[in-house]
Amino acid sequence: MLSYTLKRIAIAIPTLLVLIVVSFVLMHAAPGGPFTAERQLPPEVLANLNAKYGLDQPLWRQIVTYVWNIVSAFDFGPSFVYKDRTVNQIIAQGFPITLTYGLLSFAVAVIAGVSLGVVAAIRHNSAVDYAAVGVSIGAQVLPNFVMAPILVLVFTLWLGWLPGGGWQGPEYWIMPVIALSTSFMASIARITRSSMLEVLTSNHIRTARAKGLPERRVILRHALKPAMLPVISYLGPAFVAMITGSVVVDIYFSTGGIGKAFVDSALNRDYAVMMGVTILVGALTIAFNLVVDILYGWIDPKIRY
Amino acid sequence: MVATTENNPGTAAVAKGRSPWADARRRFFRNKAAMFGLVLLVCVTLFALFGGLLSQWSNEELDYNVMGQVVELGAPSIANGHYFGTDDLGRDLFARTVQGTQISLAVGVVGALIAIIVGTLYGATAGYVGGRVDGFMMRLVDILMAVPYMFVLILLLVMYGRSITILFVGVGLISWMDMSRIVRGQTLSLKGREYVEAARATGVSAPVIIMRHIVPNLLGVIAVYATLLVPLMILTESFISFLGLGVQEPMTSLGALISEGAGTIAYGTTWQLGFPLLFFVLTLFGFFFVGDGLRDALDPKDR
Repeated sequence: MLSYTLKRIAIAIPTLLVLIVVSFVLMHAAPGGPFTAERQLPPEVLANLNAKYGLDQPLWRQIVTYVWNIVSAFDFGPSFVYKDRTVNQIIAQGFPITLTYGLLSFAVAVIAGVSLGVVAAIRHNSAVDYAAVGVSIGAQVLPNFVMAPILVLVFTLWLGWLPGGGWQGPEYWIMPVIALSTSFMASIARITRSSMLEVLTSNHIRTARAKGLPERRVILRHALKPAMLPVISYLGPAFVAMITGSVVVDIYFSTGGIGKAFVDSALNRDYAVMMGVTILVGALTIAFNLVVDILYGWIDPKIRY
Repeated sequence: MVATTENNPGTAAVAKGRSPWADARRRFFRNKAAMFGLVLLVCVTLFALFGGLLSQWSNEELDYNVMGQVVELGAPSIANGHYFGTDDLGRDLFARTVQGTQISLAVGVVGALIAIIVGTLYGATAGYVGGRVDGFMMRLVDILMAVPYMFVLILLLVMYGRSITILFVGVGLISWMDMSRIVRGQTLSLKGREYVEAARATGVSAPVIIMRHIVPNLLGVIAVYATLLVPLMILTESFISFLGLGVQEPMTSLGALISEGAGTIAYGTTWQLGFPLLFFVLTLFGFFFVGDGLRDALDPKDR
């Protein structure tokens, strides 16, 4: 188990470095520097600017400095557009918000999805099952950017129950969380249902039932754990997709998370902030995948590396 | 994952000489959900191809009678020729939806094609060559899978200009990894077959074996995966267009139209959100149902 974990970590670190280097090189290969976007600057001013941001150094040295600053001090450098703000400050402002509704959505998607899937599998071919399958097929075509305007239309404009945007209290959390979690809940429900159906036909479940265990215990103690394996391997991609979806939530509900910072910096050509957010998201993804891998190894004893 | 029927000579004999493909076709046409999806897809495609002929307005023309009073006059009506109403600038939403559907379908199909070609060649090569090369190539895929692609794609779009070519290629290039894993797995099981051995024994080179013997036998898997990949590509493109970073005016896509509609619902022009959303949902449903149907038809497990 320990060596498995260590091996996973040994893969995670180079992955992160590759991500940093690739985004850095992409940024430098882009036609025009960050300061050529608006009006023409006199060459002397441009040279000064480049010197200030370290852009006159050879590429390898810039990469080394950049990586070193991140690794040693978690410092993503200054913003290219806002003179008085660093990338760290911009990220620190939005990150807690993204984390709040992100974690809530993730919890809702997993808990609701797994429950729906398990109930559907237990009551196979009943009305509950058909309803669950119907919901999960329907929700497949309702990604966050489709859910968000529909929710606002219904709950803000027609019913007037919920505020349409902003970030001030728990009532502002409801629509972002629903918008972000619906399609993942559906996928998790579908995966849980089919894997649960398969597990319920296996030998160890028959044995558990033959021993006379109550059905509740058979499901919760014996069936649920192996049935969770495909769900767990889906969590990694779901996490990435949710972080990506947070961009839509931030824009549409004006929640002010890092997605907003990302799109603003994309429109301003503020490469430093874009890279900072990309790398942060990449690091989170890699860390999350690591946790998923370890969890997987813990649940499935057959996994040995 | 999915094993295709034609890899299994035993089934063909049981089916009294019916070819496995004909078998799969029969199963597919019996599947009601898949047929429903196919009908949806045909309708949406016809709409995208020939909808322009029905339209009384072009997608760029501004209707000055409606402009400024879109809420009162822009609603869908047969009388003034705006079947789906107009957008907030007075452009005909029917023509815009036709154009948006075209672009979304095109991005979906081209993106999926790129992903399929890259993924198949990569996976087949890794699986066929095997050994250390395979280990390295697949480890690379593992690493690439952990990259948050939407962010990288947006990075690319911003840095190299928001051209539709980058969108097409970028959307395709971010999703070949799953394909390559599936294909590699299949190739591993194919490369021990007698006909591959025979080809190798007669001195056929590795690239030729991959193209002539391995890839054709993967067509079933590829077909299934391609159909399921198209809606994902459409989703990705719509997502980016929703953020205003995708296709640029005067071009449009379903995502961009949904974004416009979502921005104006507060004024009560619900049709601006409704019609693009309807076509978006119908297209996705169509592809998902057909993809599921194909998987059931080509997967011998469910026989």
